[in-house]
Amino acid sequence: MDLTDEDVTEILALLDSLPYDELDLQTPRFRLTLRRTPDGWTQSVESRSAPSAFARPAEGPAEGPAEGAAQGAAEGLAAAPGTGSMEHPAGYNRSDVPSSRVDSDADGADGADGELVAVRAPLPGTFYRAPRPGAAPFVEVGSRVGPDTVVGIVETMKLMNSVTAGVDGTVAEICLGNAEFAAHGAALLRIRAD
Amino acid sequence: MSIIRRVLIANRGEIAVRVIRTCQRLGIETVLAVSAADADSVPARLADRTIGLGPAGGGPGGQGLADTYLSVPAIIDAAVAAGADAIHPGYGFLAENPRLARACEAAGIIFIGPGAEVLEAAGDKLAARTHAVAAGLPVLPGGPCGPAEAGALARRIGYPVLVKAAGGGGGRGLRVVREAADLEHAVAVASAEAQAAFGDPRVYLERYVSPARHVEVQLLGDGHNVIHLGDRDCSVQRRYQKLVEEAPAPLLGETLRVSMRVAAVALGLHLKYQGLGTVEFLVDRQRAAFWFLELNARIQVEHPVTEAITGLDLVAEQIAIAEGRGLGLSQASVSFDGHAFECRINAEDPAAGFRPSPGTVTGVTFPAGPGIRVDTHIQGGSAVPPRYDSLLAKLVVTGADRIQALARLRAALARCRITGVTTTVPMLSGMVDDAEWAAGGVDVGWLERYLERGGAGGWGGAGGWGGAGG
Repeated sequence: MDLTDEDVTEILALLDSLPYDELDLQTPRFRLTLRRTPDGWTQSVESRSAPSAFARPAEGPAEGPAEGAAQGAAEGLAAAPGTGSMEHPAGYNRSDVPSSRVDSDADGADGADGELVAVRAPLPGTFYRAPRPGAAPFVEVGSRVGPDTVVGIVETMKLMNSVTAGVDGTVAEICLGNAEFAAHGAALLRIRAD
Repeated sequence: MSIIRRVLIANRGEIAVRVIRTCQRLGIETVLAVSAADADSVPARLADRTIGLGPAGGGPGGQGLADTYLSVPAIIDAAVAAGADAIHPGYGFLAENPRLARACEAAGIIFIGPGAEVLEAAGDKLAARTHAVAAGLPVLPGGPCGPAEAGALARRIGYPVLVKAAGGGGGRGLRVVREAADLEHAVAVASAEAQAAFGDPRVYLERYVSPARHVEVQLLGDGHNVIHLGDRDCSVQRRYQKLVEEAPAPLLGETLRVSMRVAAVALGLHLKYQGLGTVEFLVDRQRAAFWFLELNARIQVEHPVTEAITGLDLVAEQIAIAEGRGLGLSQASVSFDGHAFECRINAEDPAAGFRPSPGTVTGVTFPAGPGIRVDTHIQGGSAVPPRYDSLLAKLVVTGADRIQALARLRAALARCRITGVTTTVPMLSGMVDDAEWAAGGVDVGWLERYLERGGAGGWGGAGGWGGAGG
C-alpha cells in the first residue's frame, strides 16, 4: 500500500492549521516531503520498498537482482494484500470503500452478531491508548462506541492524530499495546459492529 | 461471476501505478510484468510482486518490445507463472489486441477489457466506421479505396481529404491531401506505410474538416446495458498526440453535448459493449455538427479528468465488469460536478521540436493540495529509458468551475520541478497563460499555430519528432 492523493490531502489538512512549513516523513516503505511555498504546497514522494521478484523455477536469476528477491521476502510482503474481504462493495464507487482507516475483516464474515470492523492507523506512528500518560484508556474491550468516539491517538512526527471508531458497535479486540509502533493501515483495534 | 484475487499488470509507467493503486484499495494482489529495464521502476516497487518478461539474460539493452510488453506469449506465460486470474493491459502495448484477449480465454484468465470481437471491430477503423453507420452515428463522407478509385471518391467528397489507414488509429497513419494531383501518390504511399506499420495495406478517405475540435465520450457497458460518463475535450494536440485534456468539454452547447452522448451510447449498445471505452468525435461547433472518428476499447490516458468530475474510479469499474458483476451504476446515478484539466508532462524538449529527452531523473517535486492529483511513475533516481514513451506524469487539477480549475492549474504548474531530464512543464506553463486557449474551445490546429508563432517563449522548433501516445 502506498500513499494516495487522498492521504496527502488529509495530511495537508492537518498541516494547514499548524505553523510548520515542511514535513519530512520517512518510513521503510516511503519518504514524503511536503513544503509550503507562496503558491501552495508541494510534495515529493519516494517509494523505498525493494521490488519483490517472482522466482520462476525454469529461469531464476533472470527475474531480477537476487537481493531484491530476498529483501522482498523479508519486507516487501509484510503488508500482504488480499487479507481483507474479497467481496467488493457494490457499485465500486470510490466513496463506498473506506479510504484506509476502517474496513471489514474477512474473519467478520462468519460472525453471528455483526461483522468485525478493524480501525486502522491513518498514518504510520506511535499508538496511544490514552489521552496522556497515566490517564485512563479511551476504550477497553467491551466499551460501547459510536462513529465519532475517539478510540486512540497515533502520533506521527509530533502530530497527534485522534483515531475514531467509524462505526457503531462494541470494542472486541485491542490489537496493539500502548506506545507500540503502528504501520500505515495497521489494525489498531477491532469493533463488533451493530 | 468470478472474483479476481490476483491480477497481472501487463504494462509499465504511470498507468501501471494507477492500476496498482485501485487493486490495492480493493484488496486485489498485484503482479507487475516487467522488462529488465523496468525491474526497479516505481511501479515495480509498489506492486506486491514483479515477474520478468522476455528471454532470460536479456539485459536492459538486450530486450526489445516484441519480446516483452508486445509479446502475447510472454504476457500469458507470466500470468500463468504468477498464478494470476486476470490481466489488466493498461493502454497502448497489447491493450486492444484481440489475440491477447483470445489467448486469455484459452488460458482461463480474465482479460480486463472488451471481448476479442469488439476489439477487432474497434481496431479495424473501416469496420468501426461501418458499425458506426449501422448504429446511426454521423460519419464523414468517405470510404475505402485503392489508388485507382481514389480520384473519383475524392471528387465526390471534396478536397482537402484525409487518407487514413484501416489498421491505424490514435493519430497514426494519417495524411492530408489538398489537391487532386497529389492524391494517387499519397494513397499509394499511405498504403505502403500502413502495410509496413500495421501489416494491413487498406486505406480509406474521409473529408478533412478544419477547424474542428476533438471531443470524446466515455462509455461503460456490461454487454447489455451501456451508459456514458460524460465528455472530454482533447483538442490540444501536436501531430495528433494529445497534450492537454479537460472535462467537461467547454462551450459545446447542450444540444450538441446531449446528441453526442446519445450517439456514443447507441454505438455501445449496437456492439453490446462490455467494459470501458471511448467514442471519439470530430466537432464543428459553428455548424453544430459532429462525426464519428474512432472507438478506443481501453482505458484512456486522460481518464482522470472524467474521474475528477464524476467521483468514480474507472479502473475499479473495469474490474467490476470483468468480474461479471454487471453495471453497478445507472445513467441517473452518474452526476457531474466541477471542471478538470489534465496536462501530460513528457520528457521532451519543446525548444528542439519536442525531441525525446531520456535520462535519469534527479529530483521531482509536484504540487499538492485540494483539487490536485498527480499520476506519475517517476521519483528521484528514476531512469527514463529511451525505449518507451516519454510520459512522465499527468497533472490533474479540479475546480468547482473552469475558472477556478484554470487558476489552480496555473499555480500547480508553477510548482512542478523535475530535474535531470528536459520536460514539457515550461511550455505547458506558458501555454495555459494564452488567452485564446484559456477562453476554451480551441480547435485541433490551435497548438501547432501557437507553437509556430513562438508562443510560450519560442517553442517553435519545427523538428520532426512525433510521439506514440495512448
